[in-house]
Amino acid sequence: MASQKKKHLLPGFGLSLGVTLVYLSLIVLIPLAAVFLRTTELSWHEFWAVVTTPRVVATYKLTFGASFLAAVINLVFGLLTAWVLVRYQFFGKKVLDALVDLPFALPTAVAGIALTAIYAPNGWLGQWLEPYGIKVAFTPLGVVVALTFIGLPFVVRTVQPVLEDFSAEAEEAAASLGANRWQTFYKIILPAIWPALLTGFSLAFARAVGEYGSVIFIAGNMPMISEITPLMIITKLEQYDYAGATAIAVVMLVISFVLLLLINLLQWWSNHRHGNK
Amino acid sequence: MPFVLRSTLLAILMSSVSLHAAELLNASYDVTREFYKDFNPAFVQYWKEKTGETVTINQSHGGSTKQARSVVDGLPADVITMNRSTDIDILAQKGKLIPANWQTRLPNNSVPSASPTVFLVRKGNPKQVKDWDDLVRPGVTSVIPNPKTSGNGKYSYLAAWGYVTQKGGDATKARQFVTELFKHVPVLDTGGRGATTTFAQREIGDVLVTFENEVYLLQKELGEDKYEVVYPSVTVLAENPVSLVDKVVDKKGTRKVAQAYLEFHFSPQGQALAAKHYLRPQVSEVAQPSFKKLHTFTVKQVFGSWNEAENTHFSDGGIFDQIYQK
Repeated sequence: MASQKKKHLLPGFGLSLGVTLVYLSLIVLIPLAAVFLRTTELSWHEFWAVVTTPRVVATYKLTFGASFLAAVINLVFGLLTAWVLVRYQFFGKKVLDALVDLPFALPTAVAGIALTAIYAPNGWLGQWLEPYGIKVAFTPLGVVVALTFIGLPFVVRTVQPVLEDFSAEAEEAAASLGANRWQTFYKIILPAIWPALLTGFSLAFARAVGEYGSVIFIAGNMPMISEITPLMIITKLEQYDYAGATAIAVVMLVISFVLLLLINLLQWWSNHRHGNK
Repeated sequence: MPFVLRSTLLAILMSSVSLHAAELLNASYDVTREFYKDFNPAFVQYWKEKTGETVTINQSHGGSTKQARSVVDGLPADVITMNRSTDIDILAQKGKLIPANWQTRLPNNSVPSASPTVFLVRKGNPKQVKDWDDLVRPGVTSVIPNPKTSGNGKYSYLAAWGYVTQKGGDATKARQFVTELFKHVPVLDTGGRGATTTFAQREIGDVLVTFENEVYLLQKELGEDKYEVVYPSVTVLAENPVSLVDKVVDKKGTRKVAQAYLEFHFSPQGQALAAKHYLRPQVSEVAQPSFKKLHTFTVKQVFGSWNEAENTHFSDGGIFDQIYQK
């Protein structure tokens, strides 16, 4: 019988896969493996005790909850921004377009300090919110604001090219077949950009979960209320508790991996359902 | 070609010679930048006059615990200058870089300078804050950095605890007091400078609890007319210990000059420079009319040692954590 080996049409598969694997190992897998290895200093019992103390559990809720909320906000407003940037011509569009990338480029500490200055009770925005009893800086709400800021570009930049490529003919066809505007958007456009939206969402979410620099200034860092999980890791390191720090890191890694896997599965499922590719 | 070769060889030879000229690396914490900018040139000059050798001193600054971790992990620092002995003890415990009895090697337990924890209030002292008891009055809020991540915060916490016990209160009373105190803290910044920003720029809190030297730097920076210093009746004296990093100096052959560098901290000139930067000199009788006389205690006097204080108060599940448990 002939060799079962599948022949690839594109040459260079072996080489490129090899380089990819080595690269990923060096940059991602080996450092992550080291994190897992370090926790083996702890017994299972100790590990469990570290990662389930009430104070740490409260940080998981805030970190993942605020990240999810921020990603949802970015999903809605990121789509709107991408829509405006693609569909309309207006003065200053290029500037607006460049503005979207700014959260990528800005050192996160600068973003944190700037947001805190604005939303503090004596800040530009904070002073107007304060009389209504709305406190942003030094509360969990401030954490959401910071995470929304740093996650904004992801949804915009993933949806924008898909919207640009979307042919006007499909919309015209829908309209000529009697679809109203909402139906056109919901039945024609949304399915096409849905995978990109989900990708943008998961990127924004993943970025937010790991964020430290911008949050730390605005959160107020009150135990049980506004502490994020990365701060717990730093706290452990400050006490020379390397094993404890990596234990929490491992929990974050596992939760993040599972969530990202779920989002990817969702994407795969929706691709199949809509018969894309 | 031979000329190029010869000059290259010469250059290599020269550079290896210049490598032999002593070069020290001082791993220090965050807020000593200004102090060492003055102190290092003074030592370089002193060393040149004494031995004729030129020494270069490089500084590395950062959060104190971060710096100590870097040295443990291999940063080749010849000397380490910190604001808590714990951050030097760790070199003996984790890295075996220094002997456990390092504090006995220099005068005054290797502590050349210190700074008490004091209060900074807004101009006119609108809330009439005079002592620790005023910090737990209804309506008064204080800014203190997180004791879990900041040495400054640890000192503030221990100062409040020691205030109660020094006045004859027992541990239960002290615990009630610090619990109440931290209920009046609206923001827990991760470091001392962050707390200063929250107090000064965000205008949060009536009182900033921090080191005396930080208070003076802040007043110099932001104007003396905006804030007032309040000295509590009893407070902690934050000692700033220094040490050689034995493994590094022996490997680099810099023990002699590194030792001299540390001893210079205890000399009248070094002590005067500390005083200039609002650090209270600990060994030499430098005329210090500007420092207010205070009733202070050290961590060792009230808590036995830094390690005991850490274990009881700041370890996971320790008393500080219990304050925030519901």
